Amino acid sequence: MEFLIEAFKKALFLIINLDRELLEIIFLSLKVSFSALIVASIFGIPLGAFLGMKKFPGKNAVIIFLNTGMGLPPVVVGLFLYMLFSRSGPLGFLHLLYTPTAMIIAQFVLAFPIVTALSQASIMKVDPIIKLTAKTLGATPFQVALTIIKEARYGILAGVIAGLGRVMAEVGAILIVGGNIAGYTRVMTTTIALETDKGNFELALALGIILLTISFLINITLYFIQKKGVPANTTWL
Amino acid sequence: MALELIVSKIWKIYEGRPVLRDLSFVFDRKRIYVIMGPNGSGKTTFLKICALLEVPDKGKVFYLNSDKKRLPKDINLFRKITYVFPEVGIFNASVFDNVAYGLKIRGFKKKEIVARVEEVLDFVGLIHKKKQNALTLSSGEAKRMGIARAIVIEPEFIFLDEPTAFVDMKNTEIIEKILLQIKEREKSTIIIATHDTYFASKVGDIILKLENGKLLTENSA
Ligand SMILES: Nc1ncnc2c1ncn2[C@@H]1O[C@H](COP(=O)(O)OP(=O)(O)O)[C@@H](O)[C@H]1O
Ligand SMILES: [Mg+2]
Repeated sequence: MEFLIEAFKKALFLIINLDRELLEIIFLSLKVSFSALIVASIFGIPLGAFLGMKKFPGKNAVIIFLNTGMGLPPVVVGLFLYMLFSRSGPLGFLHLLYTPTAMIIAQFVLAFPIVTALSQASIMKVDPIIKLTAKTLGATPFQVALTIIKEARYGILAGVIAGLGRVMAEVGAILIVGGNIAGYTRVMTTTIALETDKGNFELALALGIILLTISFLINITLYFIQKKGVPANTTWL
Repeated sequence: MALELIVSKIWKIYEGRPVLRDLSFVFDRKRIYVIMGPNGSGKTTFLKICALLEVPDKGKVFYLNSDKKRLPKDINLFRKITYVFPEVGIFNASVFDNVAYGLKIRGFKKKEIVARVEEVLDFVGLIHKKKQNALTLSSGEAKRMGIARAIVIEPEFIFLDEPTAFVDMKNTEIIEKILLQIKEREKSTIIIATHDTYFASKVGDIILKLENGKLLTENSA
């Protein structure tokens, strides 16, 4: 019990003193996760919009594939990417293994299905009358599509934030492809895993507290976005 | 400038049952046409086909310009006609942004958008609500916003599907006044579908009845 309190005190000390190593780890975590999320959104939102609006053969297969992707075990993603990027792998010549870029790619793979599938779901939820209204007010097909995406904006944003929650919390994929190299590829979750293993609780605990706080902030944001999306209902119909 | 709408021998069949059968009509005056008929008689189907939102199974619908030339069904023609749905179709945005929509997508300058939107909002009595989220409007207000959003783009044809459905007496009277004033401007041909006989008699110049898939003339002024 006493060692717990001691570790906790030291953790708070690290946070309050803005320990340099701590800050570097936090900064890299945010950089990796936000980069992955931005790329996942750039590709995932338009693809989700396309899936939500168009009918084509094989669409159901794509959606099932994406839904499976939402639950991909991070370690499996890490394993596949490791095999791709390892020296003898097909993409070995890129020398990406154990770099932040490899970590961004891994988290992109994890976030992309979430952003895409949740965008698609919220686009599908837009009342068909919105499409007809845009059309009859003179919108071109492209303007109609943009209008529908705009109508779905709260749902899409919720998907992006859910993606952020997933990548911020995962450890399996980035540990395998990033390697947890001090000062280069160490992020919050991998450091926690490693330091705990070594019995160094204070840094692990400090990072744990910060990670929880970030996760808490993400969920507060998500809550308010979802709440803001709610008046999207006329009461007289 | 003025457009004519020609409906020629159209059929629409749902599940083996003809809703519109060999229906022909010409809409060529900047007046208010009212199409009457009980629920399920095919008014919405007819209006949507006229507004080019649906296609007939047989027959033709086309618009002629003043030289009697048939206009291609492209975006230029779509932008001359507009449809107001019974449930309006409200964007999750302010009243102002809803009404400004048609002008924005046509690339109008901001200054002109503000001037025109404020003018029509004033006209339909919603200027004080311009910043409110349109989804929170009452039914009568929402219907008026739908009309404002249609007239702000100064279309040649306005289709109004059940403009008084979900609306109380007071708002129905306001909508009547608005429609009569729009008619006075003689900018648009207005085609209304309604099952409200009293409302029809108040606003209609030409009253038509949709019966057994055909359009019959009841009276014309
Ligand atoms: N998409 C559709 N599929 C099948 N039946 C339809 C469809 N649209 C309309 N109908 C049928 O056509 C008839 C006319 O409908 P509608 O044009 O909406 O009538 P109204 O507007 O006069 O109430 C109704 O019997 C309706 O059930
Ligand atoms: Mg109807």
